[in-house]
This record gives sequence, structure tokens and C-alpha cells, in this order.
Amino acid sequence: MTSPLDQKLKIAGPVVVTANRLTDGAVIYRRADGGWTTVLDAAAVTTSAAVAQEHLAAANIDRLRAVGAYVAPVKVATDGRLRPGNLREFIRSTGPTTIDPRDPL
Amino acid sequence: MYLYDELDRTLVAERVAEFRDQVARRLSGELSEDEFKPLRLMNGVYLQLHAYMLRIAIPYGTLSSDQLRMLAHVARRYDRGYGHFTTRQNIQFHWIKLAELPEAMADLAGAGLHGMQTSGNNVRNITTDQWAGVAPDEIEDPRVWAELIRQHLTLHPEFSFMPRKFKIAVGASRHDRAALRIHDLALRLLRNGAGETGFEVMVGGGLGRTPFLAKTIKPFLHKRDVLSYVEAVLRTYNQFGRRDNIWKARIKILVHDLGAEAFAKEVEAEWRAIKDGPLALDPAVFAEIAGRFRYPAYERLDDNPPALGEARRADRRFDGWMGNAVANHRIPGYAIVTLSLKPQGGTPGDASAEQMEAIADLADRYSYGEIRVGHEQNLVLPHVAQRDLAALWRALDAIGVATPNVGLISDIISCPGLDYCSLANARSIPVAQEIAARFRNLDLARDLGRLHINISGCINACGHHHVGHIGILGVEKNGEEFYQITLGGKADEDAKLGALIGPAVPFAQVADVVEDIAAAYLELRARPDELFVDTVKRTGIEPFKERVYATR
Amino acid sequence: MPLVNAGHIVEDRYVRLADEAPLPDGVPVIITGQRLLADASELLRHAAPIGVVWPNDRRVAELEPWLDELSLITLIFPKFRDGRAYSQARLLREQYGFRGELRATGEVLRDQFLFLMRAGFDSLEVKKAADAAAFAEAVGRYSAFYQPSAGGNMPIARRRQLSAPKRDTFAAARAAFSAPPSAQGRLAAHSGAGEASGLSFSTT
Repeated sequence: MTSPLDQKLKIAGPVVVTANRLTDGAVIYRRADGGWTTVLDAAAVTTSAAVAQEHLAAANIDRLRAVGAYVAPVKVATDGRLRPGNLREFIRSTGPTTIDPRDPL
Repeated sequence: MYLYDELDRTLVAERVAEFRDQVARRLSGELSEDEFKPLRLMNGVYLQLHAYMLRIAIPYGTLSSDQLRMLAHVARRYDRGYGHFTTRQNIQFHWIKLAELPEAMADLAGAGLHGMQTSGNNVRNITTDQWAGVAPDEIEDPRVWAELIRQHLTLHPEFSFMPRKFKIAVGASRHDRAALRIHDLALRLLRNGAGETGFEVMVGGGLGRTPFLAKTIKPFLHKRDVLSYVEAVLRTYNQFGRRDNIWKARIKILVHDLGAEAFAKEVEAEWRAIKDGPLALDPAVFAEIAGRFRYPAYERLDDNPPALGEARRADRRFDGWMGNAVANHRIPGYAIVTLSLKPQGGTPGDASAEQMEAIADLADRYSYGEIRVGHEQNLVLPHVAQRDLAALWRALDAIGVATPNVGLISDIISCPGLDYCSLANARSIPVAQEIAARFRNLDLARDLGRLHINISGCINACGHHHVGHIGILGVEKNGEEFYQITLGGKADEDAKLGALIGPAVPFAQVADVVEDIAAAYLELRARPDELFVDTVKRTGIEPFKERVYATR
Repeated sequence: MPLVNAGHIVEDRYVRLADEAPLPDGVPVIITGQRLLADASELLRHAAPIGVVWPNDRRVAELEPWLDELSLITLIFPKFRDGRAYSQARLLREQYGFRGELRATGEVLRDQFLFLMRAGFDSLEVKKAADAAAFAEAVGRYSAFYQPSAGGNMPIARRRQLSAPKRDTFAAARAAFSAPPSAQGRLAAHSGAGEASGLSFSTT
């Protein structure tokens, strides 16, 4: 069975590498310098499958900081800022969409 | 209420120490995630969308008030101030930090709570009926048997790496409140023709991608043989269950592939070899466990004290709650009280730390310090004197757990879904909230009567949608959330899988669809007291299907 | 891959033999199950100990005719999550009364040591050297066990477990779980399992 590191990635638009932080499970995104950020907008974005593959491979061996890394779609707004590329990524970046009864309606 | 002894406490403490070491080895990098993952799963630690999730076992759904206070403490100290009660009588915390887990688990261990075997390919929390020990119709308390089996299967060296998870339920009444037939293994206490008490043994139930109802493989098993028979079932599964495909690995597939008869033969052969060995139940062993169950010293009280009737007449809201959330108790003068965790606008099954603490205090005051967790994601105070009901209700009402919607359309059973869970395809909680909002009018809800809606955010079916009177399954189509609707499922002794009524509908239409179904029921029912699920059985799904899809 | 036996890292005195290779005189060998089934009588005339490595997807009942003659049975954990060999081990010990050395091989990791010992294994081919060195510590983690002891009487067994000194957990772990062959086990007559004595540990 092909290792995920060897599988050819196919991407259909701009993507980032995302994971969960090892210590607390928080959603993190890989920065261009190889570090991690909780802010989507600060993530390294690419449209190249090869580059994404490289970033993912690097993330996968970064086992002291990140768990469960994968490539996630993003949308690039007209002002250049990054937005989540689908509902799951939206929920990961902004939190549960449920009504909190403690919030005033 | 089972009291831990030194042995139980020692085992949990040692487990905490072992996990502390495993976390340290992961944080230092000595263990890779691949090596660590099954270890953390064996302690109930999942990695979810936003954070780690910790699932704590509540054996057969029974909690002491001190344990509930400890859960409140964990919610406050290590989480975001609330917890979620699940369809398997467990509790989940959704915002846990790995680095703090050893501390949280040490705190929990102090109250006899743990996450052992709430995940992993082992035997999970053994569930029973939330009215166990107090229901008028039960033969004897199934929880003692659940505890006996729980102990035997905790950290059992042979059954910790099975093909897949294994879920056991124990029941003790003809009316099944524990959803026995959707379990991998179910044991139902009953009396045979000779007046002996034993177990009906059912295997191979389970929901998910290939739902099955359990089949009876042994109509009567003597109590003496329960541990050896359970081992025989597990050994057969461990050896012959499929390990090549995660979707085909549960025992239900093995039973289906072999046929129930051939499976039963295999188990019987294994069982005959071991039944007279060390697992034959020593009555002294059973007595020791049974002896550590504490029952209340009930007072001698009369049913229907006059003050109760007066209070009902004086307060319409109290009267409405009495008619909905209070059930008969096997002891005269007492009652079983259900606390609805499905308030308007809330998340089904959630309770805040403040609520948990208040409920713990009320349990001390009115329920001999005991609380139960039901698979419908509500709580129960099992030992309430009828004379205390009015005072209790006022207190429950003040903390928001007295919505009189128990068993009604707004008492929705829902998994956490895509808002929390990394397995989900679609959200479930907002769907539940919207449906509940449409049916917030209690008169309408009462008119519709007993109506179970079950919502799952993915095919893993943690919301038990297959056995909902109305079942709702979230799926993903082209990046959008869609929902399949099933009708006519049942989780009781007359268990049935629901039937799909048509193509999946988008998120925005689900509540409309439920309204259409409810309207159709009101028109189709033969009498006001014909239950929704009985109407569906009588008419079939066609009239509902027509109504729902006429304009879609 | 270090071999741990009775808590210590030891040299493996057995040689794994390829199916076509001739039996070396006086050398303890481990052969495949296939070879044993094909060739049992010839092999069992071999003067030195014979062991067999048995696949985890075949019933151990097939080994029944040779259990008295086999000195060692190696069972396999292809992945640590594949726990079939735990059942095979218990069947061999408790129903078939196998008294030789039971060895675990494959993906054998530290966090499974205690389960392995309590399921009846004597020796472990441990995947990581560091884990082998940590054997005593790993096995010493637990002093409390729910499952029945050799005596079968749980209350007494529980008290015995509680009072057992923590240092001696290896022996406690072995004794606490592996039950003697049941007099009514499938092969009561075959392996001379009428006696109620406890298991004897393998001799190397």
C-alpha cells in the first residue's frame, strides 16, 4: 500500500497544509517558514501539487508539534486574504456553528 | 450504586499512571503518533476537529452525586464549562488538551471515573436501561450483571485487540428500554418455564453502514454460565471476525456471513470446552459484587400523597411536567424523574458545569445521591419520593432541565456531528435545534405524542438514526450538506430499521420536511392516541413520501 | 530483535529453519507450520528441541497431535492491533494444556507486554531494543487484575493479588492469569491435564 507520503497529490485550486497541535489539539496551519499558526490567513498557500506534497511531507515528520496533517482547500479573496475552502474547514477555523444558549439570541 | 473497593481503585490508578507515562513519551517524541494513537484510544482520547475529545465511561449509566460533581469540575477546569452525554450512557468533553489529560484523569480517578475502553477495539461501556433497579417491570437489577461482566472484560488480555469495537447491553424486562437489539451482544434476564432466571443471548446487532438487528443464539443461558458464554462469543469473534476491511469487521458481519445457526454452533463448541472451568460463576463471587451495590433505605410511603394532587391542580405547568417526565417506581410512594437535556435552543444532551453541580445537589436531597444517564441523552433521578416532586420540579425548572418534552418530537437524539466530530459529513446539532424550534409549542408537541427523532452526522450512526421513528442521516453531496430521511425505526423489543422515504434533502429543508411528516401523521392517524410509529406501520411510508416529495 | 524471556533479554537458542533446509544435528530449530504438517514424523525424531511458528489465521487445534513433542510454539502478531494470537495462546495453554515455551513475534511493543504475559506467553521477540530493556517496568505497571486466577476463586484471588508485593509483579502477572488445564478441557486426556497443578514454566 502506498505510503501517504508517496501518494501523488491532486489539487484543484489553492491549498494550505493544516493539522492539529499536538499539545492541545488546536487547529493549526503551516507557515512558509515551516512553523505553525492558528491564523488561516498567515498560512502558506500554494496551487502547486508538488509544493503541497513537500509541505505535507515536512509536516508529517514534525511529530512534536503537529498531528494528522493534510492538505485543505482555501479560497483567496479579492483582497488576497485566505478563507476556508469548504464547510469543514470553515468549522475548523471558526468553531462550532451551534447556537450557544449562553449567548443572548 | 456500586462501591469501588481497593482493587477497583488500584486498577484505575495504575491505568492513570500508565497513561501519564504514555503521554510523556508522546510529547517527547519517543512514541510516534501511530504508536500512541491506539494507546490514547484505549483511554477514550480522540482527536476531533478542534481539540482532543475525552470520553468518560459511566458504567451502566449510573453516577453518584460526587461523580457528577467531579464531571462538573473537569468541565470547568479542563474544558469549556460543559459536557455532552452520549447515546451509550457515557459523557464526552470536547475541548481537552493532551498535555492536561493526565491531570484530568487523575482527578477523575479520585471519583472512580475513567476513560478505559471507551474507544479502541475492545469491549466498550456495558449499557443498561436507565430505570434499572427501580423499574416496576424488571425481573432483577441488570446492573449487577453489567458490573460482573465489566470487571471481567476490563483490560482483558485476550480481548483488547479484537477486529473492531464490541458493545454489550443488559436488560431485565420484556419492554426493552436499553435498545438491546442494536448491540453486538445483548443479554436479557428472563424466567424460563421452570421458574429459573437466566439470560436470552442475542448477537450481531449494530448500525452503521450495514445495519443489523441482533439474533437470538441461545434462548436460555443459566446465570452460572454467563462469563464463560460471553468469553466464547468474544473468542469466536476475535479469531474469525474480519480484519481486512474496517466496514466489515464487526461481529454482525460474521454472524450474517456464517448464518446465526452456524455462528451459534461455533460458540457452543467453544463454550462447552470452558463452561466448567474457572469461569463458572461462583455464587460467592457474585454475592461479593452484588453486595457492593448500595440501594436506598426507602421509607414506607403511600402513593399519591394528597399534597401532590393539590400541587398539580394549583400549577398547570407542574401538572404538565408530571404527566410527561415522571414515571412509576417499583416502590410505593416513589417516582422516577427524567431531566430533559433538550431545552429550547440548547444542544441535545449537553449540560453545563453549573447544571451538573445543581443536579448533584438535588440528587443528594431528593434521590439518595444517585443519577442515571439514558441513551436518549437525558438524565434521570431514580429514587424521588412523590411528596418531594413539587419542590424538585421548581428546582429543576430553575436550572433549565424541566422542559416537559421527554419522548416528544423535540426530545431529539443527536450526535455531535460536523460541528465537533472529524468523522462527520454534515452537521446534526443545528438541524436538531431548528426542528426543536419549529415544535416549541408544547401543546403541539403533546398532540403529536411519543415521537423519537434520531440524527446522525455520518454513516457511523452514533445518533442511532436507523432506529428512530424519524431518522435523519447527514451526507455530503458536492460539498453541500444533504439529509436522508427514514421512517418507522424502533429501538425497543419490537426493534426495526427505518425505511428511506426518498432522495436526500438539503440542510435548509430538513425542518420543513419534518413539519410535513408531522402534518401527514395528524391527518393519517386513526385515533388521537395512535402513536406516530404505529401510524407509519399501519399506512406504510407511501403517504408520507408523497407528502414530503410532492413539492420537492 | 531482542528476545525477552522471563523478564530478561536472552540469546535465542533456536534457529529458524527454511522449509527446504535439512535439520542440523543437535540444534534446537523452529520450523514453519507447513513443514510440520507435511513432515511431522521425520521431524519429531530430531533429538534437539523442535519449535513451530504457527500462523494467526489457522486454528491451533491442528497442532493437537504434536503438542507433547513441541518445545516451543511461536505465535504471530502481524500488527500489534491484530490480536488473534492472544486467543491462540489461551487456547493452547488452557484447553490444550501446552506446557512448552510460547513465544510472540511480529509487532511486539512495550504496551502489549502485560497482556502478552497474562495471555500465557513466556518469551517475546520485541520489536524495539528500548522496549526490551523496559520490560520489567512495563510489566510492573499493574498489580490489580480482574480476571480469575489459577485458583478460580475470585474473592480469595483478589485478596491475594492485593497483598502480593509489587516487586514480584512478573510472577504475580503470570500466576494471576494463566489457569491450569481444565479437567474438562477439550484435550484433558491428551496432555495429561488431569492434575490441578499450575503451569510449569518452560525450560531453556
